[in-house]
Amino acid sequence: MTPGGELAYEPEYLAMEIRVRGRVQGVGFRPAVWRMAHELDLGGEVMNDAEGVLVRIGGEAAAVNDFLARIAREPPPLARIDVIETHAYHGRLSSKFRIADSQAGAAHTQIAPDAAICPACAAEIVSPFERRFRYPFANCTQCGPRLSIVAGIPYDRASTTMASFAMCSACEQEYRNPADRRFHAEAIACHACGPRATLIGLDGRATSSDPDLQLYAVDAARALLRRGEIVAIKGLGGFHLACDATNAEAVGRLRRSKRRERKPFALMAADVEIMRRYCTVDADEEKLMGGAEAPIVLLRAYEPRRLPEDIAPGLRTLGFMLPTTPLHALLLNGLDRPVVMTSGNVADEPPATGNEEARERLAGIAAYALIHDREIANRVDDSLVRVMGGKPRVLRRARGFAPAPLPLPAGLKAAPPLLAMGGELKATFCLIKDGEAILSQHQGDLENAETFDDYRRSLALYAGLFDHSPVALVANKHPEYLSAKLARARVAADPGGSIEVQHHHAHVASCLAENLYPLDAPPALGIVLDGLGWADDGTIWGGEFLLADYRSYERLGLFKPVAMLGGAQAAREPWRNLYAHLTAEMWWAELRTNFAGLELLADLGRRLRSILDAMRRGGVNARKASSCGRLFDAVAAALNICRDRQAYEGEAAARLEAIVDCDAMRGGHDELAYPFSIPNMSDSGLPYIEPLAMWRAILGDLLLGTPAPLMAARFHKGLAKIVVAMACKLAARDDQGGARFETVARSGGCFQNRVLFEEIIRGLERPRFGALMVSSEGACAAYYQYGSLGREAAE
Amino acid sequence: MNVAAPVRARTLGRVHVPAVTLAHGGGGKAMKDLIDDVFVRAFDNPLLAPLDDQARLDLADLKRRGDRLAFTTDSFVVDPLVFPGGDIGRLAVCGTVNDHAVGGAAPLYLSCAVIVEEGVAIDLLRRIAASMAATAREAGVAIVTGDTKVVTGACDKLFLTTTGVGVIRDGVDLRADRARAGDVVLVNGLLGDHGAAILCARGDMALETPIESDCAPLHGLIADLLAAAPGARFVRDPTRGGLATALNEIAEASGIAIEIDEQATPIREEVKAFCEILGLDPLYLANEGKIVVVAPPDEAEAALEAMRAHPLGQGAAVIGRALSGEPGRVTMRTVLGGRRIVGMLGGEQLPRIC
Repeated sequence: MTPGGELAYEPEYLAMEIRVRGRVQGVGFRPAVWRMAHELDLGGEVMNDAEGVLVRIGGEAAAVNDFLARIAREPPPLARIDVIETHAYHGRLSSKFRIADSQAGAAHTQIAPDAAICPACAAEIVSPFERRFRYPFANCTQCGPRLSIVAGIPYDRASTTMASFAMCSACEQEYRNPADRRFHAEAIACHACGPRATLIGLDGRATSSDPDLQLYAVDAARALLRRGEIVAIKGLGGFHLACDATNAEAVGRLRRSKRRERKPFALMAADVEIMRRYCTVDADEEKLMGGAEAPIVLLRAYEPRRLPEDIAPGLRTLGFMLPTTPLHALLLNGLDRPVVMTSGNVADEPPATGNEEARERLAGIAAYALIHDREIANRVDDSLVRVMGGKPRVLRRARGFAPAPLPLPAGLKAAPPLLAMGGELKATFCLIKDGEAILSQHQGDLENAETFDDYRRSLALYAGLFDHSPVALVANKHPEYLSAKLARARVAADPGGSIEVQHHHAHVASCLAENLYPLDAPPALGIVLDGLGWADDGTIWGGEFLLADYRSYERLGLFKPVAMLGGAQAAREPWRNLYAHLTAEMWWAELRTNFAGLELLADLGRRLRSILDAMRRGGVNARKASSCGRLFDAVAAALNICRDRQAYEGEAAARLEAIVDCDAMRGGHDELAYPFSIPNMSDSGLPYIEPLAMWRAILGDLLLGTPAPLMAARFHKGLAKIVVAMACKLAARDDQGGARFETVARSGGCFQNRVLFEEIIRGLERPRFGALMVSSEGACAAYYQYGSLGREAAE
Repeated sequence: MNVAAPVRARTLGRVHVPAVTLAHGGGGKAMKDLIDDVFVRAFDNPLLAPLDDQARLDLADLKRRGDRLAFTTDSFVVDPLVFPGGDIGRLAVCGTVNDHAVGGAAPLYLSCAVIVEEGVAIDLLRRIAASMAATAREAGVAIVTGDTKVVTGACDKLFLTTTGVGVIRDGVDLRADRARAGDVVLVNGLLGDHGAAILCARGDMALETPIESDCAPLHGLIADLLAAAPGARFVRDPTRGGLATALNEIAEASGIAIEIDEQATPIREEVKAFCEILGLDPLYLANEGKIVVVAPPDEAEAALEAMRAHPLGQGAAVIGRALSGEPGRVTMRTVLGGRRIVGMLGGEQLPRIC
């Protein structure tokens, strides 16, 4: 109503400043805002600054409110909004909405993870009417390389490996046009100006160097795959080795030449329908593979297997992914079968990233290589995810996930900047900053010099990208982890804070943090079913029940400590664990008498038993470990699975899981479960899981000729049951009568086992526990050192 | 050694009991008898014989041999006391002799301090003293002074401490910080034998092929080496901590990287197999008769030949190179072609698998 009482319609003007925090830079946020503002006919501006994105918007009140709602509702796919704040704005605004220059400090932008090809780009490259028809490096703000090409800060084209490609005018126009989905797409490229793919012979055979032929390089590579050749393919974050997955001879040749004995090969297929010929793919799994992260997803294979056994020897799962880049999409276009897409390396080396390196290292494996001239600045391996208990669990966190930050729980938001250096074998590191945890991509085994160099390069890169200067370094307590040694050396050279965390406490704390468990909440029971970790008392832990919060922990229970005869060698050779377990409580002569005729005992008797005995007697490399992983190894060995040697970490346990008789597992017969007991340790008095009764039952079953799949089911059932029983027993041990904890947090490598995972969930749901939390192993290995965080934040 | 005072002939005492008792450490006749019977008889040299509180060494003689005195000490504890290829006595002489030798010194005189546990058999002591004497003769050194203590329970059977005096020839200057990128790294033979032999004997592990300790005095070999390759930067005996530790120390001190080749690094198949069973890395096993040599590239061939010409260097090999890479880092090119970091261990070998 206007003064004077005259009724007139005057649209109400509203202007506000909108602050958006989160992953909002480098993901097409500004153009999205620009388009919304233009559609709603609003004026103002949008810019990047040190805190994220700042929007100043003015116009009709209803339209401004609509605009605000749409920002929250329809952010670009790769964006993640953490906070939107609004303030009234009284300054002048441009009537035509514009994208303003970035403000100072914008350099400290978050860098997004590499994203798999988006539907729009995927459609373009197969459309003859588009200028990027058949272009292997098409990308836009919604997809394409990010972390893998960034070499420095700030994240713009000049600091990526795209710097050497000058944009053509057509690309430049798209890059400058806010209405275009390639507005400020730093890796923008096309046939005219961008990287090119080339097919080269690695065995000295020349292939044409005619640049026009690059169009056909991908087609030629596909033809080679069809023919049964092994082709090295330069992907997003490293080289792959590919061959026709339906060609058993080619798969076998790849195994031999790559010297990868049994570790499963990842597969790639043009679409999910091809995968469905071999595996079940449920809606969750399909969605995962089709998302921007596009990880390898472990799928349940049909029995009998319809692909060569050599792809995943002894396993019932297949790791599949969809094409992740336009190059892969074009390569697989029209290929009506899956291809092996395994890491481009020999044995356990890190995958090659450079063209020269690939020429040198992969020449003995692949006859040809499909390479390109966009350099890989950072090695980023394929991520690995398994859906368990209805949720995706990240087993290896790399491409598509890193370096996306994870939020920290309440109470930890104020934690000072920290750098957690990670473990050793599957090393990753984690920056704590501004209430977030930034996890690096999976780095690999640090004992490998190339991997260690990559790890250090990544540390420097992340420090720059995230403008991170830690007040303290956090390291694993293990005396010999190279990551921990590097931390100690750094602290010695430049004195600063240093925090050492026990391996399994870190597991529990990372699980709590991942589930946003508040800092000041009461301690939870951490059930860590793991391989090995160094403990405070100089012993080796691995199957632990810890009452823990972020600051501290108390060991409440454990798995029976059994000698690891030969240290790391015992982890490689399951028969050693079997022997140590069997003879922990039973005499050899007693075993031979009571279970005479068992193939297993005859076999062990032929081995260097006397030396193992001497090692145990003399305390030579025979530390005891309370490990759950080693128990798995021992049981697998009893069932003659990987008895001699595991070809990769966790093989015995994975193969034991693979043979489980699912019908027996599903049938709710509790008496099926192998018996365990929970006595108390003679020294500490702590309750521990004693497997002696289980061993007698297993030996009995072997005598009876019980089928191995049924025995595997009985073991999984029994183990799950005793773990649940231990949790219940520990919960009830409070003298005041109340439960000692309300929450159970589960972590550790053994939880990668879906059968065990789901059986323990079922078991724990029944009794009293309110909250059940699980950590995904990939994240755990990385942010690991949350444990220290609480301490640091609280002090 | 023409300086000893004329020795008045005296009758050496004898021990008539089978084992050491506390009385043998009491300072009286029993002690004197023990020293006479076991040590003086075995070591038998004019400087020791007077049993004064000190041995008196002729300065002029020392000065003729070089321009610097080398002076080292080392204690020896080993279980078991007698092992294939040696015993604690041989070890105690070789250890101190070699500590001289790797610095380019010619060792001349040793002391020997003995801490023995009550109950140790006199015959065992005699055997060990005889072994020391034999090794000293082999090395051309004299054990010229000593001390004996008897304890109850405070030591594990027998501890020996030897201290040595030697002389460094003019111009010889071997130091760990002198290695340069491009230098060649050599060893004089098979690695890990001593460590494997001790473990084998300790654990009472019945092996079909017993592995023997390589325990030997190395100053002769090193003298030959230095004569052939006078520019050699540095020699080290990779004792405790093995080759890996020695290389790390050199890399650290010189600020260089070292890369060795797994295939070129000589390790006995039996030792490899034994380590495989025990889950140990032979690169960290102790040696008592081995040296690591860092030589400039133009003298590497001469160094190799000189070592191979010596009985203790027949298995000599070039195992790697000093590089300009990451200072202090030691890597090994593996059989598969990868590069593995060979770190310095904080303590014992521990499983790093998680």
